[in-house]
Amino acid sequence: MKALVLAEHDGQHIKISTRQAIRAARALAAEVDVLLFGADLTAVAAAAQALEGVSRVRLAEAAHLAFVSAEDAAAVIAALAPGYTAIVAAHGSFARDILPRAAGLLDAGMLSDVLEILPGNDYVRPIYAGNLQATVHNEEPIQILTVRGSRFEPVADGGAASVERLALPAADTRVEHIALRQADSDGPDLSSARIVVSGGRSLGSQEQFAALLEPLASTLGAALGATRAAVDAGYAPNEIQVGQTGIIVAPDCYIAIGVSGAAQHTAGMKDSKVVVAINQDPDAPIFDVADYGLVADLFTAVPELTAALRPQP
Amino acid sequence: MKLLVAVKRVVDHRIRVEPTADGSGVETEGLKTAMNPFDENALEEALRLKEAGVASEIVAVSIGTDAVHDVLRHALAMGADRVIHARHDAALEQRGVARVLREVALREAAQIVLLGKQAIDDDAGQTGQMLAAVLGWPQASFVSELTVADGRARVVREVEGGTEVRSLQLPAVLTADLRLNTPRFVRLPNLMQARKKPIETLDVAALGLDLAPRQRTLRVVEPPARKAGVRVKSIAELVDRLKNEAGVL
Ligand SMILES: Cc1cc2nc3c(=O)[nH]c(=O)nc-3n(C[C@H](O)[C@H](O)[C@H](O)COP(=O)(O)OP(=O)(O)OC[C@H]3O[C@@H](n4cnc5c(N)ncnc54)[C@H](O)[C@@H]3O)c2cc1C
Ligand SMILES: Nc1ncnc2c1ncn2[C@@H]1O[C@H](COP(=O)(O)O)[C@@H](O)[C@H]1O
Repeated sequence: MKALVLAEHDGQHIKISTRQAIRAARALAAEVDVLLFGADLTAVAAAAQALEGVSRVRLAEAAHLAFVSAEDAAAVIAALAPGYTAIVAAHGSFARDILPRAAGLLDAGMLSDVLEILPGNDYVRPIYAGNLQATVHNEEPIQILTVRGSRFEPVADGGAASVERLALPAADTRVEHIALRQADSDGPDLSSARIVVSGGRSLGSQEQFAALLEPLASTLGAALGATRAAVDAGYAPNEIQVGQTGIIVAPDCYIAIGVSGAAQHTAGMKDSKVVVAINQDPDAPIFDVADYGLVADLFTAVPELTAALRPQP
Repeated sequence: MKLLVAVKRVVDHRIRVEPTADGSGVETEGLKTAMNPFDENALEEALRLKEAGVASEIVAVSIGTDAVHDVLRHALAMGADRVIHARHDAALEQRGVARVLREVALREAAQIVLLGKQAIDDDAGQTGQMLAAVLGWPQASFVSELTVADGRARVVREVEGGTEVRSLQLPAVLTADLRLNTPRFVRLPNLMQARKKPIETLDVAALGLDLAPRQRTLRVVEPPARKAGVRVKSIAELVDRLKNEAGVL
């Protein structure tokens, strides 16, 4: 039993969600290898070598992999697959793009957003925007899955894996990466932040979204999140949408402000340890998943909350 | 240039589904159904490409029992030129759907196949990428902007931390995100007209594909509910509880 984990990194560090995926992979196989893609993997290969419980770090390093295409990555993964009984990655846009393509090349089925790994190739995963959970048995000879990071303890450092450089096929020249537009945010990363402050459509404008929520978030050292309605209205950028079709978060504390609590939204935050909701409608469904609910007008409550949390001089 | 759009029939997103009484699956009997929301975005985009003179024909396909006729009628009412019902009465996994769509794409000589980025029932988000693999075509998943010119598609994709702009040579497979467009409203006269249009049928069994399921759903449950919370009366009480009771601040 051997598993391959498709890793995500920023050139220096292995993402925490990959450390969580490694933990998941160890539930499936005694031996776990890690696969890295990139143009210059020198620094991150060393970081990967130190990951606890990893046997081998396999490097797919080439100039054209500065931005990794699903076309190139899936071809590499499919070629390596015969040596493995499982291929695992964190359920984010990177793996969601690549792994199904690799599964397609292998004519294998796969499982997305696995919450729990049970013995005997059984898995628990969410369906219907997390309203239900299905336990699925997978008969495939190779288990291909993306996992919900927050459900698995990240592996620490302390390993001493070997490193191996892979021979790579030529780049797929039919596809061209033109640009990656990244939002410049000085706050913590949304998917791993300890506190998330999330706003809905009721903030009313981009200016008010920023004016009310940013001071609160920065006081708390929190990341900002948003509902789809807030993103669609242009109040917040798409990459901070939380929910079924956005990012799934599980912070220690999630503060939902003027958020109605539609199933598609709560699908992305129900795993949070403590949920706070501020909404003027006492019947808003968000209160069903909130540990602390305050019925109030956000336009007065949020400035008051920010002021109360500010360190006293 | 012909475009193929894959549309799935799903339970309407406003409905809260429940497990069957024996817990072996999902109770969908008698529930209101609709075209998967992302597939509506995919179809809308295809129709706009036709209206812009880029595409010549828009074909929609749905795989399933005769019940998929309602989403195919909806596709016709939105403006699809032709619709295909790929008839298959048993459940299909994403792998199987991709295999069937491959056959349809090749028969139709489609230059672009558009799908939704995920179906809101099983939330897999796999079919488009698997289809691209079995066709050997380039792919763009989570597309929120599309322009087609000179045999290439230029797309903006929604990815973690921002957006990616990429260009791909056609033929290609694209999966639509919700922000790609706002699907047009289907008016009643269009729906009435769609009733009169033909639905082509393709017998999936005749394709001779290995579609046997390899995944088995053992049980379906409601996730454990969060324990009931408290209503606080003031910001002061909220801050006090977060600090001293929950210990998260
Ligand atoms: C296929 C599909 C996928 C989707 N995916 C997602 C997703 O990933 N993420 C997501 O978030 N949504 C998603 N949605 C949309 C989701 O169904 C809801 O429409 C959305 O979450 C609602 O956003 P909202 O709470 O900001 O707005 P609304 O539902 O309009 O709620 C606004 C809330 O603000 C409250 N309010 C108004 N004024 C004030 C005030 N002054 N003070 C305090 N409270 C106030 C109101 O009482 C109300 O509860 C999806 C929908 C579909 C169909
Ligand atoms: N039975 C089906 N018939 C037609 N298209 C489908 C079917 N199942 C899935 N699709 C397409 O594949 C997309 C992704 O589905 P999934 O991978 O199941 O999340 C959907 O949005 C549809 O475009």
